[in-house]
Amino acid sequence: MSLVRLEGVTRTIPLPDAPPLTILTGVDLDVNAGDHISIVGRSGSGKSTLLNILGLLDAPTTGRILLGDTDVSTLSAAARDRARGRDIGFIFQQFNLLSGRSALENVMTPLLYASGRQFWRRSAIAAEMLDRVGLGHRLTAMPEKLSGGEQQRVAIARALVRSPRIILADEPTGALDVETGETVMGLLDEVARTAGSALVTITHDPHVAALAERHYRLDHGVLLPAGSGAEVTA
Amino acid sequence: MRNAATGFVGAVVEAWAELRIHRTRVLLSLIGVAVAVCALTTVVGLGAVAEQAQREFSERGGGRPATLSISSFAPDTGMPAPYTESRDAYAKALDRYGVTYTSAVLYTGLRAQFPDGVRDIGVTAVEADYGTMHRVPVQQGRWFQDADSARLAPALVVNEAFLVALGGVELSANPTVPLLGLNGATAVVTGVLPNNYPEEGPTAYMLLDAFERVAGPDAVAQGQPSLEAWVPPEIADELAERLRTDIASDLGDGVEVAVNRNDFAAFGEDPFLPIKLLVGGVAALVLLLGALGLVNISLVTVRQRIREIGVRRSFGATAGRVFFAVLMESVVATMAAGVVGVLAAVAIVKSPFVTDAIGRGVVDLPPFPLDAAILGLAASLFVGALAGLLPAIVAVRVKVIDAIRY
Repeated sequence: MSLVRLEGVTRTIPLPDAPPLTILTGVDLDVNAGDHISIVGRSGSGKSTLLNILGLLDAPTTGRILLGDTDVSTLSAAARDRARGRDIGFIFQQFNLLSGRSALENVMTPLLYASGRQFWRRSAIAAEMLDRVGLGHRLTAMPEKLSGGEQQRVAIARALVRSPRIILADEPTGALDVETGETVMGLLDEVARTAGSALVTITHDPHVAALAERHYRLDHGVLLPAGSGAEVTA
Repeated sequence: MRNAATGFVGAVVEAWAELRIHRTRVLLSLIGVAVAVCALTTVVGLGAVAEQAQREFSERGGGRPATLSISSFAPDTGMPAPYTESRDAYAKALDRYGVTYTSAVLYTGLRAQFPDGVRDIGVTAVEADYGTMHRVPVQQGRWFQDADSARLAPALVVNEAFLVALGGVELSANPTVPLLGLNGATAVVTGVLPNNYPEEGPTAYMLLDAFERVAGPDAVAQGQPSLEAWVPPEIADELAERLRTDIASDLGDGVEVAVNRNDFAAFGEDPFLPIKLLVGGVAALVLLLGALGLVNISLVTVRQRIREIGVRRSFGATAGRVFFAVLMESVVATMAAGVVGVLAAVAIVKSPFVTDAIGRGVVDLPPFPLDAAILGLAASLFVGALAGLLPAIVAVRVKVIDAIRY
């Protein structure tokens, strides 16, 4: 069964004194448990908009999003927010760690919006998650004291700490050098597999895209299958 | 329900973490609130002391609420009714209703021999209960006791000016003063009161029995002492009417009885309302200025935190949760400032310097008023909610996608 499915998703933006700008056109996409999907495309091709729609941060102009069996458009805004917190983890290109908070506090942040055991044991769960990404010794370090690779590992720990079913990574290696990027992607892939989460990576780096099992290309808002990993890197 | 509880605790935890991280900014923004709450609470606390001082001053004149003044007279001539009959009729009626605090009051005068010559002094001849009924502020020595009626040397409770006129003697030296009258006697000063005003001349209180012995029964009968009774305020009006009819029927036709309230509480709903309104107005203004500063800083801060709010939303924070957390930041901070402000206000109001200046002459100095402390905390809560409301609305209106890229 699909974790999330896009059916005929179109996204247009109305412009003053001009025809609406079409960003996505008729996008169909199934994300299943354990999938590792890459979506490549040029700047302005609509990659981030697609990721925002998958992450319930944005709504399609037409078409629908199914989260499990539920049509997301039937959910209230608060229910959508809660579903996002429970089922989806985000990794951003610029890490987006909260300044002034330690690595541990950053990883604890999503657990503040959980309930029950996850909420009350948030410190222990976050520490355990940081240990899994190899930062068990850097719990109290502030983001500005961490290297780029370490910051992205904190961001990965934060994205995974609520055990989401889908991880959405927007250019996860965009701010890292090649070597660190490969290490981080390897870690992300491994942690996602271990957790059984689906991983959707948006990137313009063919090497990062090649790590995925299913490959797509966004071209002028149209989502197209991109063949095998070898074809992507070629 | 459990989700609501974790949501609430989570919002408070978030708010506290936010305050901890931005402690310098928070501290600076809260100084104004703490000072405003301190000012508000201090003003209200001092107002209570000033009100008590005003109340006691009023009670010294008109008695505590409710003090009934009873007098009787012939309606056609306006002349007082015979003293002895009136006194007995009053006593009988008051005894019937179980009124325990009563005192005859006669404003009169005597001539006394001071070291520099004979002087006319104002004398208030009363009974022992008068001290309690009028909250007489004995500064040194003591007020009258019932046993003082039997003293051969009448006891006097005098003002400071009286002691000065006696040559500035100490009370511990048991000063005496010859009283001139029909049956002259040497009186002993047993208590001293503060002067009512700076230039007040010598005045004295003495027991009515003692005055009668010194000045003669006619002096009392001609002076026509009134009788005062201290009764529960809630039954004062009904009791006054009953006393009037009972005493009038006892004294018979041709005598009219007047029973009136003299205490300050008999005049209007709340005689201290103007003071309270003035104090409250000043305090509200002070608080408003503190709140404006806080709103300003909170708005600037929220704009600086838009990306953070976007990140939180992407991890599942609902709009309601963000609104509540931002609001709570303000409320938690101002409550902390409020506690500091109230504690400072208590220290100020209870300091000896302030107590001496505002509560001079107050017998029952009130404890720090609880309602002032509650008002201070409530005001800080209100200011926190008010100052947090605008930033919270701004935080909720942020578009998540835009905020993350901010």
